[in-house]
Amino acid sequence: MHNYTIAKLIKGLQNKEFSSVELTQHFLDRISQLNDDYNAVITVTSEQALSAAALADQRLANGDAPAMCGVPILHKDIFCTNGVRTSCGSKMLDNFVPPYDATVVENFARDGAVMLGKTNMDEFAMGSSNETSFYGPVKNPWATDSVPGGSSGGSAAAIAARLAPGATATDTGGSIRQPAALCGISGLKPTYGRVSRWGMIAFASSLDQAGPMARTAEDCAIMLNCMASFDEKDSTSVNQSVPDYTASLGNSIKGLKIGIPKEYFSEGLDPGTEIAVRKALADLEAQGAQLVKISLPNSHLSVPAYYVIAPAEASANLSRFDGVKYGYRCENPKDLQDMYCRSRTEGFGEEVQRRILIGTYCLSAGYYDAYYGKAQQVRQLIQQDFSDAFKSVDLIMGPTCPSPAFKFGAKGDDPVAMYLEDIYTIATNLAGLPGMSVPCGMVEEKPVGLQIIGNYFDEARMLNVAHQFQQITNWHNQAPEAVQ
Amino acid sequence: MNWETVIGLEVHVQLATKTKIFSAASTSFGATPNTQACAIHLAMPGTLPVLNKQAVNYAIMFGLAIDAEICQESVFERKNYFYPDLPKGYQTTQLEKPIVGRGSVTIQLADGTEKAIGIHHAHLEEDAGKSTHEGDLPYGMSGVDLNRAGTPLIEIVSEPDMRSAEEAIAFAKKLHSIVTSIKICDGEMSQGSMRFDVNVSVRPAGSSALGTRTETKNLNSYKFMEEAIEREVERQIDLIEDGGTVAQETRLYNGDTKVAKSMRSKEEANDYRYFPCPDLLPVLVSDEAIEELRRALPELPDARQKRFVSQYVLSDYDSEIIASDSNMSAFFETVAKDSSNAKLAANWVMGELSGALNTAGLSFIESPVTAQQLAGMVVRISDNSISGKMAKQVFEAMWQGEGNADEIIQAKGLKQVSDSGALEKIVAEVLDGNPAMVEDFINTDESKRKKKLGGFMGQIMKASKGQANPQQVNQILLQKLNALL
Repeated sequence: MHNYTIAKLIKGLQNKEFSSVELTQHFLDRISQLNDDYNAVITVTSEQALSAAALADQRLANGDAPAMCGVPILHKDIFCTNGVRTSCGSKMLDNFVPPYDATVVENFARDGAVMLGKTNMDEFAMGSSNETSFYGPVKNPWATDSVPGGSSGGSAAAIAARLAPGATATDTGGSIRQPAALCGISGLKPTYGRVSRWGMIAFASSLDQAGPMARTAEDCAIMLNCMASFDEKDSTSVNQSVPDYTASLGNSIKGLKIGIPKEYFSEGLDPGTEIAVRKALADLEAQGAQLVKISLPNSHLSVPAYYVIAPAEASANLSRFDGVKYGYRCENPKDLQDMYCRSRTEGFGEEVQRRILIGTYCLSAGYYDAYYGKAQQVRQLIQQDFSDAFKSVDLIMGPTCPSPAFKFGAKGDDPVAMYLEDIYTIATNLAGLPGMSVPCGMVEEKPVGLQIIGNYFDEARMLNVAHQFQQITNWHNQAPEAVQ
Repeated sequence: MNWETVIGLEVHVQLATKTKIFSAASTSFGATPNTQACAIHLAMPGTLPVLNKQAVNYAIMFGLAIDAEICQESVFERKNYFYPDLPKGYQTTQLEKPIVGRGSVTIQLADGTEKAIGIHHAHLEEDAGKSTHEGDLPYGMSGVDLNRAGTPLIEIVSEPDMRSAEEAIAFAKKLHSIVTSIKICDGEMSQGSMRFDVNVSVRPAGSSALGTRTETKNLNSYKFMEEAIEREVERQIDLIEDGGTVAQETRLYNGDTKVAKSMRSKEEANDYRYFPCPDLLPVLVSDEAIEELRRALPELPDARQKRFVSQYVLSDYDSEIIASDSNMSAFFETVAKDSSNAKLAANWVMGELSGALNTAGLSFIESPVTAQQLAGMVVRISDNSISGKMAKQVFEAMWQGEGNADEIIQAKGLKQVSDSGALEKIVAEVLDGNPAMVEDFINTDESKRKKKLGGFMGQIMKASKGQANPQQVNQILLQKLNALL
C-alpha cells in the first residue's frame, strides 16, 4: 500500500480494498520501523491518527466521504496543530503546544485526511539541508550520507521513504522545490496568497507559502484542491475561486510555449543535472510543446535581494520568541535583559541567529536604504523580468537546483555556498509566482528535479504539464532501494 | 531675558471600537488581567493580524473633522523593540504613510481670541499591554497584562504651534471635544482613553530657531499636563540661564508626587528599525468611502456652538461651554426643547447639574436626573409654580431618585403661592404682627430702607412655609409699606 499514490489510495478506500485504519496502521508501522534511519518524522500522533482513521472509515461506509477521506498524511512541524507540539524545528518551541490548528491543517481535517505526525525541518525553515534542525538532520533516503534538502527535508524524505503518501510543506526561497528535487518527489509552491498562512509559523511573511509534496503531480493536485482557500484570517490571502486542479491534468500540452531562461543554464550548474533537465525538456518538446529561449536578466540579483528581505522580515517575526509568554526561557535570569539575551541565545540555533543579525543590521538606521530599500527595488525588477517573459511564454522551466544532494557538512562552513543552493528557486518567491519541482532524472544514483514556473494562479497549467510529463516518464515511480 | 515657550503635543486617542485593531478580542476596560488577550495579541506563533475596518473609519472621521487630507493608501509598519508588554516584539503602527495628513484645529483662548494649531499628521496603531511591578506577585517578579494590547489608537501629532500651557490645555480640550463629539473615543481620561506626550522647548523671545526639546510622556489629565509644562519650562530656563544646555531626552512626570525625571536620553533611544508590515496590505480608501463618512460625520463642536447661539439665543460663553461637550450638548438640547426655556435649561445644566455630576464623578450619560426630569422642573420654574429656591429642593429630591418634579412638588407641598389675594393676606398679617419693624422701616432714611425689606421677606416666607412667590411678595410688600409712609 505504501507504494500507492494518493489517487490510488482514495480509490482503494472508496472501493473498500482496505480500510483507513489498516492503511494508517501500515504507515505508522513503517514510521516506527524506518524513521530512525531518516529522522524525517519528529512527532508521531498514533492514537489521534487511528481514531481519525476510524472516523474516516465510518464516513466511507456512510458514503459521505470528503475528497481525501482516510488518506494518511504528515504535516511539516511549521504548521500549528491543536494539542500537538509544534516546534518549527527549534529548541525555542520544543515545549510549545498550540491551542489552534493552522488553516492548512483544518482544511485537511475537513477533507478527511488523517494526520500521522509532524515532519522534521530546518529550524524556523532557515536552511537548505535540514542540518539546522534542533532534532538533528534528516537523511536523504537515496543516500543517507547526503542531505534531503531543506527546509521541508523531513516531508520530502518521508515521502521518498514511503512513510506517508503526501505531506504539507512550506517554501520561502525554495524549501518545497529543492528538497522535492533532492528526494526525487513532486512538490508545488503555489502563488503567494493561494494558501492561507494562518497558523503557519512565519519565517519571512512576504515570501512564505505553503504547498503540497507527494510523489506525483496528480497527488499534488488532489492535495492543493484541499489546501488552497481564501482565508479571512490571513490578510494576504487572495479572494479568488479555487479551480479543481485535477480537472485539467489530462489536457494536451501541444502548442504550449515553455520559456527556457539562459540564466538558469549558466556557470555553476552541474553538468549531469543539465543533461537530465535538457532531456526532460526534449521529452516535452516531443509531446508538442514549444521551447522558447528567454532571458531573466536580473536573476543574478535574486539571492542577494532575498538574503536582505527574508532575514529583515525574520528578524521582526522572531522577536516574539523572547522567553516571556511561551517557548524556551533560560534558567534563573538575573534581570530582563539577561532573560532576553540568554533565552534567545540558548533557544535559537546558529543559522537562525545569523539571519536575525543580518536582518537587524539591514533594517538599522543608516543602512535601511542601502539594503532593505535597494532589495525591494531589486524585487520589482525581478517581478518585471517574469512579467515580461510571460508575455511570450506559458511556463518557464529549468533545473530546480544546481546539483543533486550534497553530503552532510559539505557546505557547513560556508553559508553563502548554502544560500546558492536556492539560486534557481528564490526568484519565484520574490515575485510571488508559483513554482514546482518534478523528478526528471538521476545523477550518480541521486534524483534531479525539473522546475516549472507558472504565471500567477496558473497552478492548474503547471500541474497539467507535470502530469503529462509523468505520463511519458517513470522518474516519479522510482524508489530508493532500502524502502521498496 | 524674555523667553518664549514652544509646545507640540502627541496625543494618543483610544478608539471606541468594540474589538481590537487586529482581532475580534474585546476592548472593554477593567477586565481581569489577560482575559481579553486572544492568540493574536499574545503573539502566538502563526497568528496573523486582520485590520478592524471600524478603526480605519474612525481615523478617517477624525481626519475629516480637522479638515485634513486623507491618505488613500496608508501603510502599516513594524516598530521593533523588546519589552514584555509588547508581545510581538514590534508595534504595528504607521510611519511613512499615515492615514491622516495635515490638518488644523482652532482653539479659543480666555481673552476671546482664536488660534489655529496645525496637525502634522495622525496615524493608526495598536496599544501595548501593561507591565505591573507592584501588587501580589511572587518572587519579586513583574506582571504583564495584555488586555490593552491591540487596542486601536490614533496618535495625533501637532505642529509646535503652542506658546503656553494655557494654549496646550485649550488644544487638548478641543481635541477631547472633537473626538467625543464624533464619537470615536469615549474620552475617559482616567481610564487612559486619551494620553498626552508633551514636547517642550524654550527660546529667546523673538528668535525663530527652535530650542532643544524634551518630551514628557503619558500625561492623562489637564492638570498634570499644565503642571508638567510649567515645571519643564522653568527647569529649561533655569538651566540655560545658569549657563547649561537642555539635553534632548524623554521625561516622566508623576502627577501624584509632583516629581519630574529623565527617563532616557537621545543616545539611549531605540533604533526602531521600521519597515512595512508584510502581514497587512496597504489600507486603500476610496473617494466614495470618504464621502460617505463625511456625510455621516456628527456635528462638530464649533458648528454646534454657533447653532446654539442662533437657535437657543445662548451667550457665546454658555454656548461654548455646553457645545464643547457632546453629552452635555445632547442633555441640554433635550431640556431646552422639552421645557421651551433654553436660557433656564442652560443655567441648570451648566450650574446645578454639572456641579452635582462633577462631585459624584459621573458623566452626563450617567446622570441620575434625566433630561426629561430636569425639563419638567424647568417648566415649573418658568410657569412660576416653584421658586428658584424650591427648585433646588426639587432637584435634590430628583437626584435622590424621589420621582419627577411634579411628584416631588406635590409630595413636599412645595407649590409656590402666586395667588395675589392669598399673598396680600399673608403680607398684611406679617405687617400687623410686627409693628416695631414697620415703625423702624418708616423711620429709616429713604436711601437705606431697601435693606430693611429682607427682614419682612424672611417673616413672610416663613409664614408661607417658603411657598410664596418672592417676586410677587416683594411687589406687594413695597406697595403696602409705601402706603404707610
